Amino acid sequence: MIETFGSPSQATYWFIQGRILFLVLHFLGVACFAYIVAKRMIPLMRAERDFRFDHPWTRLGRVLQFWLGQWRHPRYRTAGTIHILIFAGFIVLVMRAFFVLSLGTSSSSAMPGLPGRAGHIYGIIQAYAATVVFLCMIVAAVRRLVFKPARYAVPSRYGKAHTADAIFLLGLIAILMAADSLFEASRAAAQAQQGREVEFLAVLSLPWIFKAALTAAPLPVLSTLYLGAYLIHDLAFFFLLCYRPFGIQFHVETSLFSIYFAKLNRGTIKPVRWGVPDAQLDQVKSFGVKTFEDFTWKHMLDFYSCADCGRCSDNCPANAVGRPLSPRFITTKARDYCFTHYPVLGSANNGTPLIGGIYSEDEIWSCTTCGACEAECPLLVEYIDKIVDLRRGMVDDGKVPQSLQKPLKALESRGNPYGKMEKKRAEWVKAKEFQQTCSVKVLNGKQDTDTLYFVDSITSYDDRIQAIGRATAKILSSTGENFGILGASEKDSGHDVRRFGEETLFMALRDQNVEAIKASGVKRIVTADPHAFNALKHDYRDVPPVEHISQVIAREVKAGKIKLNPVENENDVYAYHDPCYLGRHNQVYDDPRDVLDAIPGLKRVEMTRSRDRSFCCGGGGLALFYEPKEDQRMGVKRVQMAVEAGANVIVTACPFCMVNMEDAIKVAGMEGKMTAIDLAELVERQMVREEPPERRLQAELPAPLGRL
Amino acid sequence: MEILVCARRVPDTSENEIELNAAGNDIERDDLVYSINEPDNYAVEEALQIVERAGGNVTVATVGGEDDEEILRREMAMGAKNGVLISDDAFSGSDGKGIATILKAFVEKNHFDLILTGVQAEDAGAQVGGMLAAMLDYPFASLVNAIEVLDGGKLKISREIEGGNKEMNEIDLPCVLSIQTGINEPRYVGMRGIRQVASVPIPTLGAADLGVEGAVGGAAAKVKRVDYFAPPLGKGAEMLGGSREEIIDKLIEMLKAKGGLK
Repeated sequence: MIETFGSPSQATYWFIQGRILFLVLHFLGVACFAYIVAKRMIPLMRAERDFRFDHPWTRLGRVLQFWLGQWRHPRYRTAGTIHILIFAGFIVLVMRAFFVLSLGTSSSSAMPGLPGRAGHIYGIIQAYAATVVFLCMIVAAVRRLVFKPARYAVPSRYGKAHTADAIFLLGLIAILMAADSLFEASRAAAQAQQGREVEFLAVLSLPWIFKAALTAAPLPVLSTLYLGAYLIHDLAFFFLLCYRPFGIQFHVETSLFSIYFAKLNRGTIKPVRWGVPDAQLDQVKSFGVKTFEDFTWKHMLDFYSCADCGRCSDNCPANAVGRPLSPRFITTKARDYCFTHYPVLGSANNGTPLIGGIYSEDEIWSCTTCGACEAECPLLVEYIDKIVDLRRGMVDDGKVPQSLQKPLKALESRGNPYGKMEKKRAEWVKAKEFQQTCSVKVLNGKQDTDTLYFVDSITSYDDRIQAIGRATAKILSSTGENFGILGASEKDSGHDVRRFGEETLFMALRDQNVEAIKASGVKRIVTADPHAFNALKHDYRDVPPVEHISQVIAREVKAGKIKLNPVENENDVYAYHDPCYLGRHNQVYDDPRDVLDAIPGLKRVEMTRSRDRSFCCGGGGLALFYEPKEDQRMGVKRVQMAVEAGANVIVTACPFCMVNMEDAIKVAGMEGKMTAIDLAELVERQMVREEPPERRLQAELPAPLGRL
Repeated sequence: MEILVCARRVPDTSENEIELNAAGNDIERDDLVYSINEPDNYAVEEALQIVERAGGNVTVATVGGEDDEEILRREMAMGAKNGVLISDDAFSGSDGKGIATILKAFVEKNHFDLILTGVQAEDAGAQVGGMLAAMLDYPFASLVNAIEVLDGGKLKISREIEGGNKEMNEIDLPCVLSIQTGINEPRYVGMRGIRQVASVPIPTLGAADLGVEGAVGGAAAKVKRVDYFAPPLGKGAEMLGGSREEIIDKLIEMLKAKGGLK
């Protein structure tokens, strides 16, 4: 090697001219990367269809927000800050990498770059960027090795720890940054020794520090360092490039596409097959995901993009109570399966069933579809659609837990999971005291009624939950709402039938309801059940607009039509629990809180996990029938969170939350210390009646029942 | 192995409110929903699992009316290859022996290595399996809760006996077994599965096809239902009072007295 500080392309490496060496290296590196990526595309080509090419501007906006803007990263402050710094550093260094790489193959000995001042400014910024990225690698490694955040741990049933892979990757990036800086520093040190004009190095940046350390180094040593650092940088760069498609580091390339193609319509469930209308579903041979190739290409892309950060599982209530489900491993197991069955060398060997292979039945049934994982994922990886598709596959193969078969059968024959008679669906309005103060009509299409109160099964049949129905009806009638119910012609909304993978049964229930709703001639729908709300809003088509009762109450409170009495016991502390299908899936967070805050004297606290980080109570619909393997009930954990927040009253706005909370209070032995109440029940209790209830009751009592 | 499962359609006890009719000689049958007799569903699942291990086909037969075809469809959606509806006006009013006679005639016109029935019908009295075996002169085992296929035309079966104990037997084929619930976990069949077998033909066999004219039906029945009644409600539950400790003490005392605790 000669002492050169021009371009490494003009130098000689072991008798090979630098330019030739780097041309070969770059060609091999790029060819290798292209080959691996092409191999990684093969499963995506064999995957199911997925329509993700609509709304380009919305999608671009999401790229700006979630990719470039790193929107969700600050939710985990330390890891998020580190990631934002690395990401920003990488963005800055993309141009630098091009300049440095092209130097090795260029015939000119001058480093390419931006002209004039822009070049100087960029030089300073990129030096700091490399320094920051380098430091972040050290901090991240220390976190991994010393502080070991719990969410990175891999329980033994999911395999070995991923620490070694993570450290290896951090090390590679650190080497890349150090090599580039050393390359720059050694030239600057030589320039200084030779008395030539020295390039300005950003103070305290990595190149600046290296240069300071190398001031006294002899020129031949500096020359070796200069050329060696360049070679190491080159090798590290292309090794890293080709190594990325083998693990979590692939998200560097794929995340942009994952986010661009991410699901836009929250609360919905993907169709059984994209592009196949409901009427033709009977001709589809197999439903759902049974083998890897049954996933859509976007879902496979999610597997490539997952960065194994553990945020999903950290927020997953199923994981928190020891159910055999951890969303993070849903993804990483699928990725491992993909890499094994679609190897880079050799041909694909696909088609083995996923259930019983990489997933267990209990694992897939353990999900409550609460959406906490999806609300947290910085890369917008989708879980619910995958879980539902896997369930559809199991339902199609007859693999349904015994505990769910009875309710499903009852939904098929009776339209409710309890197997109760259809004609008793409206019995709840006939409770004696209730009927005296509030009459609810069953719609037959002949009355001119504006509003339908969609009750759904649990509120219609469950003794305890009927009280929520009666409170809702009283609120509606007190605001002068002209409303009615469907009675026997209402079927279960099918919300959770669909989410448990029984699409055919869901469609039957939906079609019967849509027909009944249309026949009733109403102009709008109100429900107190967030699951029914979500179904009517997102799963049904061509039905009138739907509102949750909390939205109605909030509006009427604001308009002054509902006035609320002060709370009786001022020592009570209330905490509002966000139902998953009201909050996370439909973003109704403020209306229920506004209503609570409108009650004079009501003290309200927030649980740490609230709003989009709310913790699922245990799930609704069929989830009430499922018998999970778990260490603890989700509801019990939730009640403990309310205790920690200092509350003694949990307010919720969902009948299933109510069942789970009241059960949990009993299981936790908290009876008398903690109570649960539905928002509608609370408002009905606090509502200022136009006339004192006693007088009204007395006035109406002697009237014949028919007049009421 | 060719397996026949004899199944029956009954009012679903979990989805109906069973009430007596005004005359008091039957239950109120308006508004009832029906399903396959639950133990029969376990028998079909067991037959399917045997066929998955040892090869062969499963045939499900029911003696009943047109409406009973729905349970055959459901069991065919589960995986049974053939469904046979044995239906004739002449069969109505048959007692257990009559049903067994009809099934015996059906079995003799075909070839089956193994015949399964549910342990009992939810609306009848566990009669047909044993009588069918006797009429065919086949060995019979009731309350079977595990089946293993052995070489040489034999099965190893487990029978549930009092107290959850199991009795292991070897039994020669062909034989009749009545299947206890809980022997397996029956697979789920939804509307989609049933729709997929909707166009598979289901043959209907009548009295003339089986050559049982005169031997079955109401006239030949020797057991006749004379009444239907709901037993009067017994004394309600006893509520224990006092503090938690007192309640526990009382409960232990009562359990000991009744032999629940030793």
